[in-house]
Amino acid sequence: MKSQRRTLNTTACLCAGLQRELLLALRSPGNTINPLMFFIIAVSLFPLGGGADTAYLSSIAPGVIWVTALLAVMLSMESLFRSDYEDGSLEQLLLSPQPLYFQLLAKVFGHWLVTGLPLVLLTPLLGLMLSLPVAGYMPLMLGLLLGTPTLNLIGAIGMALTVGLSRSGLLLAVLVLPLSIPVLVFGAGVVDAALNGLPVAGLLAVLGAILALALSLAPLAIGAALRISVN
Amino acid sequence: MMFAATNLFCERDERVLFSHLDFSIAAGEVLQVQGANGSGKTTLLRILCGLNPDYSGEISWAGQDVQNIRETFNRHMFYLGHSPAINKTLTPLQNLRWYCASHGFSDDAAIFMALAELGLVGYENIPCYQMSAGQQRRVSLARLLLAQAQLWILDEPFTALDKQGVTELEGRIAAKAKAGGAIILTTHHALQLNCPVRVINLDTLIGAAK
Amino acid sequence: MWQWFYKLGSPRHFYDMTTAFLPWLYGITFFLLIVGLVWGLGFAPPDYQMGDNYRIIYIHVPSASIAIGGYVMMACMAAMHMIWKIKMADIVAKVTAPVGGMFCALCLFSGSFWGKPTWGTYWIWDARITSTLILLFIYVGVAALRSAYDSESSGAKAASVLTLVGVVNLPIIRYSVDWWNTLHQSASNLSLRVEGTNPPEIWIPAFFMGFALFGIFLLAVILRSRNEILVREKRTQWVQDLLDRDVQEGLQRA
Repeated sequence: MKSQRRTLNTTACLCAGLQRELLLALRSPGNTINPLMFFIIAVSLFPLGGGADTAYLSSIAPGVIWVTALLAVMLSMESLFRSDYEDGSLEQLLLSPQPLYFQLLAKVFGHWLVTGLPLVLLTPLLGLMLSLPVAGYMPLMLGLLLGTPTLNLIGAIGMALTVGLSRSGLLLAVLVLPLSIPVLVFGAGVVDAALNGLPVAGLLAVLGAILALALSLAPLAIGAALRISVN
Repeated sequence: MMFAATNLFCERDERVLFSHLDFSIAAGEVLQVQGANGSGKTTLLRILCGLNPDYSGEISWAGQDVQNIRETFNRHMFYLGHSPAINKTLTPLQNLRWYCASHGFSDDAAIFMALAELGLVGYENIPCYQMSAGQQRRVSLARLLLAQAQLWILDEPFTALDKQGVTELEGRIAAKAKAGGAIILTTHHALQLNCPVRVINLDTLIGAAK
Repeated sequence: MWQWFYKLGSPRHFYDMTTAFLPWLYGITFFLLIVGLVWGLGFAPPDYQMGDNYRIIYIHVPSASIAIGGYVMMACMAAMHMIWKIKMADIVAKVTAPVGGMFCALCLFSGSFWGKPTWGTYWIWDARITSTLILLFIYVGVAALRSAYDSESSGAKAASVLTLVGVVNLPIIRYSVDWWNTLHQSASNLSLRVEGTNPPEIWIPAFFMGFALFGIFLLAVILRSRNEILVREKRTQWVQDLLDRDVQEGLQRA
């Protein structure tokens, strides 16, 4: 067998990083499934705690689904850097000659594909359980589609800041939840607006703008935070 | 002179680990960093490879400050730390593929050859958690053969290796030096290299500074 | 001018300069506080709508602006610490977090005590109240993150990153909360009265109180910074000398 070294361009390197994220998700399915189970169980607690009246449920449905999605995304963040931190892969990532900014984007995108996207796809089911009016489904899913990547990016900042600490779970929530409020407000607002017959395009554009801002700035913060955490 | 540290100073938890530390290493040299536990060997190596920014002084590669040429330096530098940097749920092949890709190339044949050279034939597609600590260490060392780095920074590379593994690794380090590489390493094991080794002792260095 | 700034960046010079400056700050602050309190509580006329309740505003409004200004100051310090590695900037950022958080809490508490007689409720989800609450959460997060780290330098850097992330996020939060409030406008249309309609007898004491509270904020930040300087520099010769001098003076008095 003869060595055939192929030089890869940056895109191919990023694809390899993405592929690794997906492989890891395949090898530890719990990291994908548990946040989804949390999402379903937590949503189903609301009718049990607040009453199963259809009118009441449909009035709280957008807020409940969005808040629970926010919490589920935050709980899923634990698996993003934890194992890489513990086995030293994070050090190699930081020492890699490829641009860290894009490597981190690929990593967070991979994480979103295995946790955020399934969550978005699951929401129609939960909308059904909470008697969400028909007009709400499309705006809810579009909003989550634009909002969950932002939540992942913000969560990744928090996770990168706390991955070196032994007990990080609750601290992560304290750091990340306040920063996630704009996404929650506009995300749930999209559904409310749709249910009241108002146009939603502008609000979706705001969610998109927040995502664009997060995409451009969050990897810088994540990188800076990871450099602190490996020390 | 390819890699040099000038007037390096590091303080941790209000304790000076080293100050006025100067050294340089050129192609073909092996430099061993010695010192008692807690003397700052690992900290020094982490500073040199760029993981620890808490130092003052200058570290230069080919005459340029490494802080300004981070990506170029990373391309020419290989760091082996205490942690294996091997994900246990992935197979050696998957781990090493990611390593190669993050260094900008893809070469499955070379990965198979590297694993074979480290005595891991037949383990290519077995999840690493099913392997012993020594075997995992060998997977980690396989990166040495894949990396095209000129400078190796190795922190306790002999940990968890059996006698044969130690001898083989010593052979590889000496060969690398002969081939024009430069190696900085720490070890508690008595090095038996058939090439000259320079030594920096962090304990006596502090003594001299005081 | 630059040299003055440069010197202020060194903990020792900060300590020396504030030693000279502190008595003045004490004096001015207490003067403003006493004038503001006596005038505001004793002589300013009751409001024709709110009666005496409005006097809470003398505390409430300044603490709100200090809470926001304090965060901006903390973010500037965090940026200076990240970019130029100025130790003094980190000391000020560290001590500002709890002080700013306290002013945030003071603003919320005074607001709710004002709200009870005025609006008939301690708490409403008004846009300004909500964003102040979120600001308090972020202050708490910054302080909690710093204290979670064992290593002082890592904690400092982590807190700096979070502070800067927060300062990018705060305008967005403010904007989102404003928008959310117009969407969920409740039946009771509550708002603060426009300040400009108040007679001068009411707003001049507010001026004094504003500067007095700002003085208290500065005092708290400076005193806590000096404390932090002594703790961090305890091994240096000048702190040792300072302590020796204090001990000597104590002995002489005894």
